[in-house]
Amino acid sequence: MTRIHDMGGRFGHGPVKPSTLRSPKFEEPWHARALALTLAAGALGRWNQDSSRHSRERLPPNDYARFSYYEKWLAALAELLVQRNIVSKDELSAPESLPQQPLDGNALKGPEVAGALAKIEPTARKTGHQPRFRAGRLVRTRRPSGNMLVSGGHTRLPAYAAGCLGTVVRCHGSHVLPDSNAHFRGEAPEPLYAVSFESSELWGNSNSSSNDEIVLDLWESYLIPTD
Amino acid sequence: MPHDNSEFEHPHNLLPSDPELRVKALETILVRKGLVDPAARDAIIDTYENRIGPQNGARIVAKSWCDDDFRRELLEDATSAANSLGYSGRQGGHVVAVENTPDLHNVVVCTLCSCYPWPLLGVPPAWYKSDAYRSRMVREPRQVLLEFGLEIERGRKVRVWDSTAEIRYLVVPMRPAGTENLGENELAKWVTRDSMVGTGLPACPETA
Repeated sequence: MTRIHDMGGRFGHGPVKPSTLRSPKFEEPWHARALALTLAAGALGRWNQDSSRHSRERLPPNDYARFSYYEKWLAALAELLVQRNIVSKDELSAPESLPQQPLDGNALKGPEVAGALAKIEPTARKTGHQPRFRAGRLVRTRRPSGNMLVSGGHTRLPAYAAGCLGTVVRCHGSHVLPDSNAHFRGEAPEPLYAVSFESSELWGNSNSSSNDEIVLDLWESYLIPTD
Repeated sequence: MPHDNSEFEHPHNLLPSDPELRVKALETILVRKGLVDPAARDAIIDTYENRIGPQNGARIVAKSWCDDDFRRELLEDATSAANSLGYSGRQGGHVVAVENTPDLHNVVVCTLCSCYPWPLLGVPPAWYKSDAYRSRMVREPRQVLLEFGLEIERGRKVRVWDSTAEIRYLVVPMRPAGTENLGENELAKWVTRDSMVGTGLPACPETA
């Protein structure tokens, strides 16, 4: 059921290598260009944040594992451009053969960048949907954790937290449901909750962190009431 | 239920495999098709290289240490508190501030991708995006924090926030002892990026 990006709890990665710099910028000039291209292309408005994430997650596991962060972005950008009929496969294969065309009316212009990057794109939506769960309520996460609308589709319930008992910490209001929005099936907003899980519930007791807790943001349809 | 088979043909394989050449090819395509303005590309790079960084979050934290009203506002509605100082934007639409206390240490991860509060902390560091951090922080946070040189006492709870939605968490570290005489601007220099992710503590700017 899972894709390779869903890696919470996975063994075998070895130690984390902290950075000694307080504030690193881009490590390579091409990282900055990959970011800029992705954001500029995203500003065309032909896909959303959720479909963009999904396009990275659905890279073949071998590619996902060997690609660095911005390489994933680049590969996913190419996939989205073709999927959304913006660039053809022939064009991808022969960039230098393309003639220069005038700037598209929807393209982000240089002077608009500051405003576009400072703009908030909230995912909160006003709906008539009253939250079903209050803070303090015990809930169980759905199991298995996959997308209920599209087989193998995008979801934000990590496999490690599927079928687990947790406590609602707070409701964040209703937010766009990634499981639907990533597949261009509409925003389908639902109440979103911060749900707290004891470490022992997720990983068992044989763990130095067994008294600690993990909080996840989960949509209402990921949760089952425990009565 | 329809299964999406298009994923088995991968257009990205049509591009050069070297990432530098890959960026160049995509850039050529998008610019020639009139879809990306090179001036917009340069302005985006300039923004993330020079204008947005952990100094933004640091100013918020330092202000919360000095101004109780602001601290309450920050804990109540961090999006609005950050906005009031001029910090907002992409990946910062919904911010929640979580405060460290003598009993509780907060730390943030995104196991599914690498969600990060860009307008407050800038571009995420390599370790935050690493498989090791993403996979291990939820299972053995104390061990991972030790790898950052941070030992959390046994009696103090660790709360790990896995940012699975569009809520971006900002850790508000405890004000260090011995900084009572410092003002907001001086204090901001103590607030490190890592202390706002929860993998570090504020540090004296002369020694950090």
